[in-house]
Amino acid sequence: MQEVLKKKSGENRALAPRESRKTIGNINVQNPRMVCRNVNVFYDEKQAIRNVSIDIGRNEVLAMIGPSGCGKSTFLRCLNRMNDTIDSCHVTGEILFDGKNIYDASVDVVPLRAQIGMVFQKPNPFPKSIYENVAWAPKIHGIVESKSDADEIVESSLQKAGLWEEVKDRLDQPGTGLSGGQQQRLCIARAIAVSPEVILMDEPCSALDPIATAKIEDLIEELRTQYTIAIVTHSMQQASRVSQRTAFFHLGDLIEVGSTETIFTKPSHQLTEDYITGRYG
Amino acid sequence: MSPFLLFLLLLALSVAGYFIGQYKALDLAKKAGGTIHLHSRPAYYGALTALWCCLPAFFMFLLWLGFEQSIVTSLMIADLPPEVRSLPPERLNLLVNDIQSLASGNIVSGEVTRQMRVAAAHYVSLQEIGTMITSVIVLFAAAAGMLMVHRHIKPELRARNQVEKVVTGVLIVCSTIAIFTTIGIVLSILYEAVRFFRQVPVADFLFGLEWSPQMAIREDQVGSSGAFGAVPVFAGTILISAIAMMVAAPIGLMSAVFLSEYADKRLRAVAKPLLEILAGVPTVVYGFFAALVVAPMIRNSGAHIGIDVSSESALAAGLVMGVMIIPFVSSLSDDVINAVPQSLRDGAYSVGATRSETIKHVLVPAALPGIVGGLLLAVSRAIGETMIVVMAAGLSANLTANPLQAVTTVTVQIVTLLVGDQEFDSPKTLAAFALGLVLFIGTLFLNIIALTVVRKYRERYE
Repeated sequence: MQEVLKKKSGENRALAPRESRKTIGNINVQNPRMVCRNVNVFYDEKQAIRNVSIDIGRNEVLAMIGPSGCGKSTFLRCLNRMNDTIDSCHVTGEILFDGKNIYDASVDVVPLRAQIGMVFQKPNPFPKSIYENVAWAPKIHGIVESKSDADEIVESSLQKAGLWEEVKDRLDQPGTGLSGGQQQRLCIARAIAVSPEVILMDEPCSALDPIATAKIEDLIEELRTQYTIAIVTHSMQQASRVSQRTAFFHLGDLIEVGSTETIFTKPSHQLTEDYITGRYG
Repeated sequence: MSPFLLFLLLLALSVAGYFIGQYKALDLAKKAGGTIHLHSRPAYYGALTALWCCLPAFFMFLLWLGFEQSIVTSLMIADLPPEVRSLPPERLNLLVNDIQSLASGNIVSGEVTRQMRVAAAHYVSLQEIGTMITSVIVLFAAAAGMLMVHRHIKPELRARNQVEKVVTGVLIVCSTIAIFTTIGIVLSILYEAVRFFRQVPVADFLFGLEWSPQMAIREDQVGSSGAFGAVPVFAGTILISAIAMMVAAPIGLMSAVFLSEYADKRLRAVAKPLLEILAGVPTVVYGFFAALVVAPMIRNSGAHIGIDVSSESALAAGLVMGVMIIPFVSSLSDDVINAVPQSLRDGAYSVGATRSETIKHVLVPAALPGIVGGLLLAVSRAIGETMIVVMAAGLSANLTANPLQAVTTVTVQIVTLLVGDQEFDSPKTLAAFALGLVLFIGTLFLNIIALTVVRKYRERYE
């Protein structure tokens, strides 16, 4: 990648200066799944996200990259209102899902979160059996009514998460007894068991070894055909491998957004280039 | 030299030893070119010196304290005139007791003879000599230990490892003290209980339905011969504890859930300490609150709807006891629910679980070991509680499941049995130990059950 960039810099591309905080690149996509406009997030007085506008397209993987503390996780957690659990946090602006602002007073977060699932940085299976980990959410939402329905959903979710073959003989064992990578896939199975439309992933591989990471990345590629995925990652290689679009955040601003290829080969902003070439961040 | 003075001196010597050892280590370090050339930090050399100074000496001191009495006494007896020594053992014992009392200035049972005065004086002088010798030995041991280590201090002396070994030993001793104390208590109760069961058959005690421990003090006294069926007493304990837990478990758990999941931070900061104050109220205060406020209230409201309630009722005691143990349940449960990682809450919310679903299906199961622990602590408090029951539930051992009647509990009976004026080997007094033994076994089983539950969930959920 370095060499590519060196070659490109010979072309004398005009990079936007470091000081420019306006988003560069096309924030729009055709037929978006989620539309974010002028999103600001505050923790008490402190502003963590400034005026971020971006579309998230159907069946695409949007990678969010940026140095630590740039607000990418905060922004991700806004997309299914997970920030509601933090008292000091409040959000302004619009995040439209199916044409409706999810921060509208009339929106109930419970079904919303069932539609926009989430996978966390650290695998967090419930202290229940593997089976219950997956079947619990469909049960509480009334998606399954009979035991056979539940069996079916558990099997198909674990299949999709690529975990079925490894755990089918020990579904009654505790989910916490699995290895880290298996736990993370269990959490993905748990998220897709309620048939969400969007899956948010907050550094899902940062606690995993390279083999488990590769499995999850393959899985993301497969899941893309059915779901919309937004993933926060610290690994630029991962972003370039799994995503179609990439958004670069810096200190609460969305600096640049574009197709993953463009961002990684021909970034338009000085900060983006510095970050992806490893000069800082 | 008095033992206390000796102890202080020993302490001073140890402190001095510490500095001497440290000084020598620093001195060696200076010669070698810095403390980096020492095996351990200088403080460890000091600590090692201090330990060698005080520990052997302290053991000598303890040995003397343990054997002082018998050595001095036998020496004194050996110096008594032969005609006294040839007295039968009981008489001799009595005489020795008198001499010792005389020596320490206490009241003597018989007449004081000149011979006894001489013996007492001799006893005192023997004691003084003994203390003198011990002081010398102890101080000598301390100095010798200190000097020995001092000579051994070299840069390569592994002082840290040795000090750590001693500290480990101290920790082991501390942790076994509790165990040995428990064993000692059990054995002493067991001993007295066996004496009781020699007079009252075990089956009568365990399955008898009548409890009336009044015994005739004199042969000719008109009175009951005593009935020691413990069932009513234990039934009373179980009834009152059950009422208390019915109050404390739901209220405590609910308030724990509220405090940890629903209340905002400021409210929690105020409410939790307030709840914990409940645990600090002396039980006597709860007792008169139960007897003077709650019991009459229950009685009056019973009278209103035409139910006969005795003025001392299990219900009054149980209710107030329940309030008393709420903080045990709520505070501990709140702590463990709070300790459930935020990531589990996030996981539950992220699949669209409501707050109550999250609490019921994720948080409470995850916190269950701690919650069970809190509940058990509350149960053992309820079983062991005496004051409230004495004041509000009465002393009459009725075998009843009706909470509106007066009942009594094991602990209350133990108290009333032991404060009586019976001789110590009468069944009435000894019954207290039998009750204590059965109570102990009961709570032991309760603890075993709780530990099993906790372990089962630990294995599954960690």
